[in-house]
Amino acid sequence: MTSTQHEAPGSEAATREAAAALTGVETTARSLADAAAEPATGITGAQSLVRSLEAAGVDVVFGIPGGAILPAYDPLFDSAVRHVLVRHEQGAGHAATGYAQATGRVGVCIATSGPGATNLVTPLADAYMDSVPIVAITGQVPSAAIGTDAFQEADIRGITMPVTKHNFLVTSAAEIPQRIAEAFHLASTGRPGPVLVDIPKDVLQATTDFAWPPRLDLPGYKPTTRPHGKQVREAATLIAGARRPVLYVGGGVLKARATEELAELARLTGAPVVTTLMARGAFPDSDRQHLGMPGMHGTVAAVTALQKSDVIVALGARFDDRVTGELSSFAPEAQVVHADIDPAEIGKNRKADVPIVGDAKETIAQLTEALRAEHAAGRAPDLAAWWTQLDDWRERYPLGYDWPEDGALSPQYVIERLGAIAGPDAIYASGVGQHQMWAAQFIRYEKPGTWLNSGGLGTMGYAVPAAMGAKYGCPDTTVWAIDGDGCFQMTNQELATCAIEGIPVKVAVINNGNLGMVRQWQTLFYEGRYSNTKLQERGTGGGARQKPVRIPDFVTLAEALGCIGLRCESRDDVDAVIEKAMAINYAPVVIDFVVGSDAQVWPMVAAGASNDAILAARDVRPVFGDGQV
Amino acid sequence: MSRHTLSVLVENKSGVLARVSALFSRRGFNIESLAVGPTENPDLSRMTIVVDAESQPLEQITKQLNKLIEIIKIVELDGDAAVQRELLLVKVRAAVTERTQVLQTAELFRARVIDVNTDTVTLEATGTPDKLQALLAVLAPLGIKEMAQSGTVALGRGPRAMSGAGTLRPVERTA
Repeated sequence: MTSTQHEAPGSEAATREAAAALTGVETTARSLADAAAEPATGITGAQSLVRSLEAAGVDVVFGIPGGAILPAYDPLFDSAVRHVLVRHEQGAGHAATGYAQATGRVGVCIATSGPGATNLVTPLADAYMDSVPIVAITGQVPSAAIGTDAFQEADIRGITMPVTKHNFLVTSAAEIPQRIAEAFHLASTGRPGPVLVDIPKDVLQATTDFAWPPRLDLPGYKPTTRPHGKQVREAATLIAGARRPVLYVGGGVLKARATEELAELARLTGAPVVTTLMARGAFPDSDRQHLGMPGMHGTVAAVTALQKSDVIVALGARFDDRVTGELSSFAPEAQVVHADIDPAEIGKNRKADVPIVGDAKETIAQLTEALRAEHAAGRAPDLAAWWTQLDDWRERYPLGYDWPEDGALSPQYVIERLGAIAGPDAIYASGVGQHQMWAAQFIRYEKPGTWLNSGGLGTMGYAVPAAMGAKYGCPDTTVWAIDGDGCFQMTNQELATCAIEGIPVKVAVINNGNLGMVRQWQTLFYEGRYSNTKLQERGTGGGARQKPVRIPDFVTLAEALGCIGLRCESRDDVDAVIEKAMAINYAPVVIDFVVGSDAQVWPMVAAGASNDAILAARDVRPVFGDGQV
Repeated sequence: MSRHTLSVLVENKSGVLARVSALFSRRGFNIESLAVGPTENPDLSRMTIVVDAESQPLEQITKQLNKLIEIIKIVELDGDAAVQRELLLVKVRAAVTERTQVLQTAELFRARVIDVNTDTVTLEATGTPDKLQALLAVLAPLGIKEMAQSGTVALGRGPRAMSGAGTLRPVERTA
């Protein structure tokens, strides 16, 4: 293990200061929210915007100023709303998402017109796919210049229409409080999602009045949150008669904060639970009823339980292709109860036998009540045979991994140890790829809001800025970003933000020198032809130089960004380096875990293949004992 | 082909048409025709959308449309329960020798002559898509120089309307 030897002077004091800065802001913002609601006359649109954000209870915005949004930055300078100056607008968007995922509150990001706004497109699309409540505020060129190809003009409303829940172009300063209030309402209710508010510069500069709360004018927006009683009872009847039921839990259960209700339903039914990539932490991994994650890289038990079930109870899940595999052969014998807040998800991919539109919290609670009635009437299924089968699959095909033959460090081991040492109270934010799947598989999640990742869009580069947002929102919680070296090189500039703004995240770079997941596919499906997936050729970089060259060297890169850089290359050092990082709270820490490049994610269902064709490990086809149940 | 006519009340705001057409394009839904116009309420516009719901079930189309914040209500207007009309303007070659034939055809289809000159006659016709197709088929041998056709507009039969008292039943918002 090598490490850089710079202990910050007075590190304990610095820690206290950073912690105070983080917690202090929140209290201030809360207490000022009421004061901000005072009406005002003769103020600018920009002041009205900042007052609206204060009144909406915003404690932090992530952003970068620029020409068109500049008027807003002047009153923001004096506001209790803290502005975190990021290094790239993509970082602002993912930070808002990480903040929202970790706290359940609406995340806010802000950018100027043109390129500032277009840099938000990726995080908006990401938040849209994963139903994360964020509000993006963008400056726009002055109203009179719109449509003239003015400097830094982009039609961000048009561009983001397909990747936002809704968006607004504000046409007068008087509208500002209403649009901001509507944006927060839309983002956080129904199926949550990103909302963008585009404000031309002249609107920010105009004189206006401010009053709060404004009237919301959304006649076409009426999300159904209360489930239909008859549907709930039908679902209960179906579940009570099931012999091989599975509770298929998606991210909606976390969004609805329905994990307690879920635990009760699980207890009552005695049914196995699977939690999707977006729902890790919604049900404790330590619970015996939990079979783990379903899908392309899910556990054999979870994938097969769905595949062989007779009743699937989908709760806030959307039958994504990564879960179902080939749709036509997915769970062929199952009847489906599909509960979701978004009616359009029901029947979109898989026909629902009992559709239930409603908020997961209320739906699950009512379903539990209805099931109690079924049980009281003597209709409680005996799931003993099902559990015998499930336990058999679980015991024969547990998650596991082999150590690299060349003696390199195992990435799975690193992630497993990280989870064990940081524990179930920490928040883990991951990038996208092999490390993401291993983090979903080998860390034990026990609590909601402790696993953040980019599920639907699969956005590489999500981890560092999302961890920053999460750490800002949960300053007393340890926040780890688990990143690949490919992902890390997309957004690591936000570590400078973390260092400067006092947001001490920890980053584990699972550095295999490759775009690992793509490499895995090339190994499996392209005869090992590694076209453009090697990020560095170890020992050959730098031409004639003999010494192994790391480009970039993540330890010195971390230092350059104001973080503590550590490196770990052997199994014996893993625990010590993680513990060392855990002890550093005055600055962000980056650990460069140099791991083997040929580790693979297993189990796996190949893209487009049936879930029946799951491989527990390479060339290992599970024996399912068909017909035993 | 499975054609359905959707009557969609939307907020009369800029960008709504873009949202609707972008949704159809993004989700791979096929639009046969789309007509937008004002309604009795200045805050609302009506879009009449004829969709080909063979590739995608109609339910998924209406559910996705309903998710657009500015869409107020969707009613399916089909078959005998609705009146449906399109407007056709067609400029037909009609030298003096053929003019009588054009005018007779126009009369048969209750089309009106709205412009005439030495070489052509321009007709205006309204009707169901089938009727207008029939008219065009008869005019085609004479030579159609140019034509413009509107999308379908439609209203439900009977006393009920989409808004106000005794309203038409919307396509289910919930499943």
